[in-house]
Amino acid sequence: MSAAIACRGLTKRYGDVLALDHLTLDVPTGSIFGFLGPNGAGKTTTLRLLTGLAFPTEGGATVAGTDIASSGVELRKRTGYLDQSPQFYGWMRGRELLEFVGELFGLRGAELRGRVDGALTLTGLKDAANRRIHGYSGGMRQRLGLAQALVNRPDVLLLDEPVSALDPEGRHAMLDVIAGLRGQATVLMSSHILADIERVCDTVAILDRGRLVVSSSVAELRERYTQPVFLLEMEPGQEERAEDLIAALRAAPWVDELTWERPRLRLVARDEATAGREILAALVAHGVEIQRFERARPTLEDIFLRLTGGEREKGTVA
Amino acid sequence: MAGFSVFLRKELREALRGNRLLVVGVVFLLLGIISPVGAKYMPELLKMLGTGQAGVMITFPTPTVNDAIAQYLKNVAGTGVLVAVLLPMGMVAREKERGTAAFALVKPLSRAAFLGAKLVALLVMLAVGVALAAIATWFYTALLFEPIAPGGFIACTLLILLSLLVYGLLTFLGSVVANSQLPAVGIGIAAWVAISLIGVIPNAAKFTPAGLLEPASALALGASPPHLGASLAANLVIAAVVVSLAWFSFRRQELAGAPE
Repeated sequence: MSAAIACRGLTKRYGDVLALDHLTLDVPTGSIFGFLGPNGAGKTTTLRLLTGLAFPTEGGATVAGTDIASSGVELRKRTGYLDQSPQFYGWMRGRELLEFVGELFGLRGAELRGRVDGALTLTGLKDAANRRIHGYSGGMRQRLGLAQALVNRPDVLLLDEPVSALDPEGRHAMLDVIAGLRGQATVLMSSHILADIERVCDTVAILDRGRLVVSSSVAELRERYTQPVFLLEMEPGQEERAEDLIAALRAAPWVDELTWERPRLRLVARDEATAGREILAALVAHGVEIQRFERARPTLEDIFLRLTGGEREKGTVA
Repeated sequence: MAGFSVFLRKELREALRGNRLLVVGVVFLLLGIISPVGAKYMPELLKMLGTGQAGVMITFPTPTVNDAIAQYLKNVAGTGVLVAVLLPMGMVAREKERGTAAFALVKPLSRAAFLGAKLVALLVMLAVGVALAAIATWFYTALLFEPIAPGGFIACTLLILLSLLVYGLLTFLGSVVANSQLPAVGIGIAAWVAISLIGVIPNAAKFTPAGLLEPASALALGASPPHLGASLAANLVIAAVVVSLAWFSFRRQELAGAPE
């Protein structure tokens, strides 16, 4: 599959700070691509470089086949962008802003009105369309941000934290809109909410301190980086025995990480088969009674924390 | 210049809805009215105030159309310049500060069109203000003194507009270079002060924006304008240099998104 976005050694330095370090990344055409990373990882810097708001110190990139260095207006005709904290002309009304944006894209007359109505309906802003943006809530601004990014039906949509200001219901609705773009546009979406990325993205890249840690499909990532996780919940009054059990498990060579938050125990194992067998044996040996024993499906968050160094150290007992 | 006309319409709507055009219009209209009215009645007012005191005898020459024009140019050089300096302070800096410049410039709007539309909007606002001032001055001068030949007065008005535009462009440059409004107006006022100081140097005043007012006065009164060519050329060069500097500063400027 061809790449809608191709970064080659993309680097951005602000004085002594290396915000983005030789990023080489391909975003497949038609995919919904999640861009993950802790604060300061370089996600927003990457999006700003791709939109032409900032200029690379080294390297380059193409978006929709157009070089970001030579692009300008031609590139922007084919892209849509939503900033993490979108700012608009507050004196305009919602509909007026979308018409202004549509006109910048060369839309006029019935086509413009149709696109604006469509974007307002899609983002649930039809009722607020004639209100001044000035009075919009943070969530409404974010929805308007998505609407304005969709007016030109872009080939490539760049979304920086697109649902961060929305309530759960709004987030759900927006993620449905984004998921609905699969196959119609290439979406590069950064987010801190890993469950959202997991829900809509088919491919992800994880950045940390300006460097690409991994880029892969979500399924591959789970396959490659997943470690077996076991969750146990003790019966009440088992604390003393549980302490002995935990001490024994911490010493076991097949345990990679262990967290004890009474009455729950979370264990990351190196070897799933050994762990399954040994945990049950240890429970019996220490006479610990349990309410729950579960082999948990690791989340993207588990993988993210592991890859960005945010995981708890082995043997940590909280 | 992709997006120029769309963005210019937005600039003009913003000037109207934000009442900037209204304020500029009212200020200049008042300047236009009070100039001939003041020239006509100020001596009489002062005479009335003076004769109220024992032993004070004040005599004033009868005011003429020359006094009306002199007063008009004096007001334009003071309040008019102040408006021209303050008007563009936020035109670019405010958009950069708020993140709306970044919002607009990720659309098919070239940076040249963005700056160009703002320059034209500045010119339009100043032109509306100067036109209102000129119409009011012409009308009241004709009413209170004698009619002025329209040709010369229009030429005078165009020179005033150029003078104010050059002052405005200096703040505009500040607005492009700075990332917020305060430094922008600081640059504009510093430039105004610097120009005033240059005006003190013999033979240098005619090359400043204020140097246009002397030939403007002569043209209004039907006299031969002194150093018109030199003043006109110097100010056109200043305007071109300032616009070029603004462009070179803006074309590769990195734009932040919304403030964090």
